[in-house]
Order: sequence, then C-alpha cells, then structure tokens
Amino acid sequence: MDLSLSDEQKQLQESAERFSREKYTFENRRKIVATERGWLPENWAQFAELGWLGMAFSEEDGGYGGGPIETMIVMEQFGKGLVLEPFLPTVVLGGGMIARAGSADQKAALLAPMIEGKKQFAFAWLERQSRYNLADVSLKATREGNGWSLSGHKGVVYNAASADEIIVLARTAGSAREPKGLTLFVVDAKAKGLSRRDYPTQDALRASELTFDKVSVGADAVLGKVDDAFPVVEEAVDRAIVALCAEATGCMDAINAATLEYIKTRKQFGVAIGKFQVLQHRMVDCFTNAQEARSMTLMASLKIDDKDPMVRAKAASGAKVQIGKSGKFCGQSAVQMHGGMGVTDEMAVSHYFKRLTMIDLMFGNQQHHLTRYSNLAMAA
Amino acid sequence: MDLAFTPEEQKFADEVRAFVRANLPADVRDKVKNGKHLIRDDYMRWQQALGKKGWLVYTWPKKHGGPGFTPAQRYIFENICAEEYAPGIIPFGTKMVGPVIYTFGTEAQKEKYLPAIRESTVWWCQGYSEPGSGSDLASLRTKAEKDGDHYIVNGSKTWNTMGHWADWIFCLVRTDFKSKPQEGISFLLIDMKTPGITVKPIIMADGGHEVNEVFFDNVRVPVENLVGKENEGWTCAKFLLANERLGIAAVPQSKRGVEALKDIARVEQDNGRPLIENQSFAEKIADLEIQVTALEFTELRVLSQMAQGGQPGAEVSGLKIRGSEIQQRITELTMEAVGEYSAPYLPGLLWQGTNEEPVGPDYAHLAAPRYFNTRKTTIYGGSNEIQKGIISKMVLGL
Repeated sequence: MDLSLSDEQKQLQESAERFSREKYTFENRRKIVATERGWLPENWAQFAELGWLGMAFSEEDGGYGGGPIETMIVMEQFGKGLVLEPFLPTVVLGGGMIARAGSADQKAALLAPMIEGKKQFAFAWLERQSRYNLADVSLKATREGNGWSLSGHKGVVYNAASADEIIVLARTAGSAREPKGLTLFVVDAKAKGLSRRDYPTQDALRASELTFDKVSVGADAVLGKVDDAFPVVEEAVDRAIVALCAEATGCMDAINAATLEYIKTRKQFGVAIGKFQVLQHRMVDCFTNAQEARSMTLMASLKIDDKDPMVRAKAASGAKVQIGKSGKFCGQSAVQMHGGMGVTDEMAVSHYFKRLTMIDLMFGNQQHHLTRYSNLAMAA
Repeated sequence: MDLAFTPEEQKFADEVRAFVRANLPADVRDKVKNGKHLIRDDYMRWQQALGKKGWLVYTWPKKHGGPGFTPAQRYIFENICAEEYAPGIIPFGTKMVGPVIYTFGTEAQKEKYLPAIRESTVWWCQGYSEPGSGSDLASLRTKAEKDGDHYIVNGSKTWNTMGHWADWIFCLVRTDFKSKPQEGISFLLIDMKTPGITVKPIIMADGGHEVNEVFFDNVRVPVENLVGKENEGWTCAKFLLANERLGIAAVPQSKRGVEALKDIARVEQDNGRPLIENQSFAEKIADLEIQVTALEFTELRVLSQMAQGGQPGAEVSGLKIRGSEIQQRITELTMEAVGEYSAPYLPGLLWQGTNEEPVGPDYAHLAAPRYFNTRKTTIYGGSNEIQKGIISKMVLGL
C-alpha cells in the first residue's frame, strides 16, 4: 500500500494549485462572476492545453489514462480558489457518461472535442419533485418515427446556458420512480422546442430551468441503452459526488486557513482572539473535521473504480455524509469566528461558506446519504 | 400557578387580535407572510398605528407613557402580532434608547424624545460597535471633545442596522482617554442630518443591504444631547444591552418559523410522498419544536420573575444563546426541506420586490439567503461566546 502521489500527480497538483492561486484571487473571481458566461473561455482553453479535460479518460477514448485521483487533485485546488469553470458538469458528468455508455461514433463526436476544449455539457436530471431520487423522473421521451420526442421540465441544470449539448435523463417506460425505463439523450442545446430560463446560483455558478416542448431527436441521440440508463447515471453521479467531496476539502482548507489567520491577528480585550480557549478548541475541531473530510475523499477516490457497485455507492455516500458534516461545521465556525465580518460579501469566508452549503445540497445532502449508506451497510 | 389565561387575559387577547386585523396594512401583512423585504414606510405605517393605540412601546411602564402590560399581556401581545404576520417592531427607539432616556435622561430629554418614540415619528439607529471594537465594546475609540456648548465627534461606527433610514443615532463615544476603558465612555444622541456624518452600506453575504458603517467627521453635537453623566455612559450601555438581549430570543417569530417549516415540508416531495412523512426529517422538526418550547417557558419564567419586581439577570444571556441558535436551526431545516431548489439566486425578487417569476415554489429562493443571513444572530447583540462568558462569571461564579 502506498498513499503518496506519483511525481506526475505532484506536478498536476502544483499546476492546479498555481492556477487557482494566480487566476482566482478574490478580486479576479469577482470579475469573472460578473462576466456574461460566469467563467472564462481562456481558462477553459488553458485546461485543455494542460490536459486536465482528458486526464481522467482512457487512452483509447482519447484521454491521458488517469483516473479519480487526478480528478481529486484538480477538484481540490478548484475548491481552494472557488473556481467557476464548468468542469464538473462537462468533464466529470458529461464526459464520464459518454465514456461509460457512448458508442464509438458518440465518443468521436462528443468526447474528443470535449477533451480539446471545444465542447461543453450539462446534465439535466432533476425535476421539481425529484429531491435526491435519481429515478424520480417524469420528463417523457416517446418514439417518433426513427427517433424520439421529448417533453417535460428539468430544473437547476448547471452550465445549461454555456453547454453545446444537454444530456437529458428521460422516462421512456415504467412508472414514476421506477429505475427501469429511464434513457439518456444527448440533445443539442439549441434544439427547437427547448427553452431556457437562466439564473445565477447562491454560490455564483450558473444554472437554468429547461422546458422541453416536443423536442425531436434522432435515434443516434440515445446514450447507452434504451430503458437502461439508471446504472450509468448512478455511477456517474457517484463519481461526481467524489469530485465534489474533493472540491469541498479544498474549500475547507481555504476557509480554515483564513479563519486561523483572522483569529491570530484580530485583537479584542488587548490580545489576539485566538488566545481564547473557546476559539482554540473550535479551531482545532475545524482542522479535525477537514482531516476527516480529506480522508473520506481519498478513500472514496480510491474505491470509486471498484467493480462492485455496492462498494462504489457506499464509498461515495460515506464521503458525502462526512463532507456534509465537516463542511457545515467548518463553514459555520469560520463565520462565527470572523464575527460580523464573516457574514459580509467583502470577505472570502462567506463565499466559501456558501459553496460548502450548496455542495451539501447537490446530489443528496448529508441526511440522504446517511440513509443510503445505512441501507447499503446493513444489507451487506 | 396556572398556565391557562384568565377571562380578562382572554378578553385582552381578543382585543389585540381584533386590533391587529383592523390596523395592520394588508400589503405589509402579505410581505411579512411571504418573506418579502420591508421598506421604511412599511414599518412606519404599522408602528404608527400601534403608536396611536399606545401599544408601540408595549414594554414601557405607565409613567413613561407605556401601557404597563403584565407579563401575560406582553406574551399575548407578542404572540398574536407574530401569528397575524405583523412586522417585528424596530427596537432601536422602543426597546433601546427609549428606556435609556426614561431611566437616565433629564426631564427636558424625556419631553423632547419620548413622544416621538411612542408615536414612531422618528427612526432611531444604534452606534455601538466599531471596526476595532466588537466583542470588546469598551475599547471603542470614537471620540467626543468638548468645544464650548458642543461636543466635536470624530470616528466611525459599524454594524449600524438600518442607519440609512434613520433620523437619529444613539452613540457610545469616548470622552476620556486617560481612565479605564469603561470609565471614559459617554452616551450621546446625534441628529443624522448633522453635517459631517456619512453612511456607507455594507453588503451582506446574501447580497442585501441592512447594515452600514457610519463615519463622523468633526460632527458638532450640542452638550444637552448627552444622556446621563459624562464618562458614565457605560452604565447606560449595559442597561441597554440587557434589554436588547431579552427581545433577541424571538420566541413568537420562531414559533411562526416552525409552523412555516411544517407547511413547506407538507408540500415538498420525497419519493412521491410529502417530506413531512419522512421519519428522519419529521424528527428533526420535532426536536426543533421541543427546543422552542423549552425556550418559551424559560422566557415565561424570566417574565414572571420580573413581574414580581425582579430585574432581568444573567438568565437573559441564556435566552439569547438558545433563541439565536433556534433561529438558525429553523433556516437550516427550511433550506434542507427545499433541497436543490435553494440554489437559484434571484436578487431582483429578493431585494427589489420585482415581478420576476420565482424558480420553483415561492418560498424556495428565500431559503438559502435566510440561512446565510441568520448566521448573524449568534454574533450580534453580544456574540454567544460573550454571553457564555457572562453566564459562567455572573451565574456560576467561575
């Protein structure tokens, strides 16, 4: 056993760390948030150039043969900088599902240009009633000639406004909430009948509500097997969860560092407030929480390639529970220890807090994954 | 000992409810009910209606123009106002500077300032914290130097709530730099229109503007605006903070918050069933409701002691601690109930009251901003760490 990074992985870590530090200063980030897209094409081009968009894909898929550890390394640094480029929806989710379920033609048409930085994706699965149940999908796809017609609604679709293709989870058979009967479609973002309402999110990302009104797609739009998308989606989401956990560890490191610096320098009653034991112990708990989060993220990154889907699911849910718990503790504590400054927009700490809060709500919060983990663990 | 209301108290409750229903402007009620942001005029219309009835300063004794409510009446009044979606009464005049003036002020000051507070014709704000003086309030450095019959005030105040709407500010200023920090502080009333005052907004994590920095640049304040004696302002400051901490428990608002949370959990879906039927989530709400009940009965015990002639003691700090944590927990669970639909950030709808269509249900876009904003409750009015310090020292003798 060896849990240390290879030389190549260390290089990757250094270059991702440098990117966040240089391109995502607090003031720079503010400017990026204010742009029309909410992220910078020049940064995306740099990701392509550095090989980050293809690092986790196999060489036969046009990638560079890395895996979840490479994704973990980069996502962690993205968390430190609160990076806004749509890496998760495009590469981890979109690219991940295409690599797992796509035909050779689809990989050539979608994955290759994605790795070159020329295509972006969004993943539309959530509906108003879905909460965290990936099978609670009612957007309908019905056969129409050789192809399909999609009608229904999808919500909180990250990166839909910038994506070239939307990967849509639709019901092709079965009843509500039945895992069987779901199919993935790759839909042109400019397809006729597809309308969008765009908005920023609490954590300064971009998302959209999508309405599909008889959107026609060809038979070649189906990603994977008809009626059998659920295992693909579940695996892709578990991978996205692990990537999010890595991002959250980066956020926690940054928010803890900022808080530590603050309590060392902020003086009240004639001393640095970090001299008060009540704050010392809380700060220690923040560091312990971040350590646990890092450990669970590493565990999940190592197990997410396991052949047994139960092992994968348990690893992802376990890590997500830890991140939910640790993220909330570090976020709330950082705000509290910063006092009034912690709730202002002008301090970075509130922005990390918001991101950590939203990470908990994405793809199932702490409670949801505790239930899922407990079902998996007790069944085994 | 009897928990039930007497027939007189029941009659009073009916009277309060009838009054609120007849006098709370419908548009203001709707805003409160739907979690919209209120503007100055919304508060003023309701407070002036209460002022006419003599109930705005419902905590004041009769001799200063208050209604002299019993603890039971006070409890009834606060709860019914919350149940009927009345906006919270702005405390700066009614619960803070008003009692300071009638306790420490001169007859002339009482005559000049109290009627306008009782009738809500003047909006007050607070000048306590400074950038370098938060938890350690007594270290404040905004100075007031005597120049004939005026003080010249220089310095800055921060976390000034709603000062951009205020006519007057009450300030703690340093009038003596030589003695111990607590002994050189004075309590000054300053007209916000005085030349040399600048109000600069602080934008909060939820994107809203409710607090400010206030800068004083050679601001001339007549010496008759000093309340109490020079260098004895700390007495007024402590008196005011104890009063502030009492209201901060916000029990009626939290009761309303728990009910609103249940309503949301009845609408939100979880695996095809209402979320409220999810055992884990239902137990979280139940736990919260029990916490609110414990807080409510602690507050009732404090009020009952006060009715027997006691002064609010360090128990009040305990109310602040639990009250603020409960307010936060409500927002946390509300956001959990809303789930991923908390993500859309709609500043127009949130802050300007535009007609923008919400994303998902009406309540969804409010959940996360409230959660972020409510983190302030364990910080303001003396952080919870400070409150615990007070209890360990004053109550436990540690």
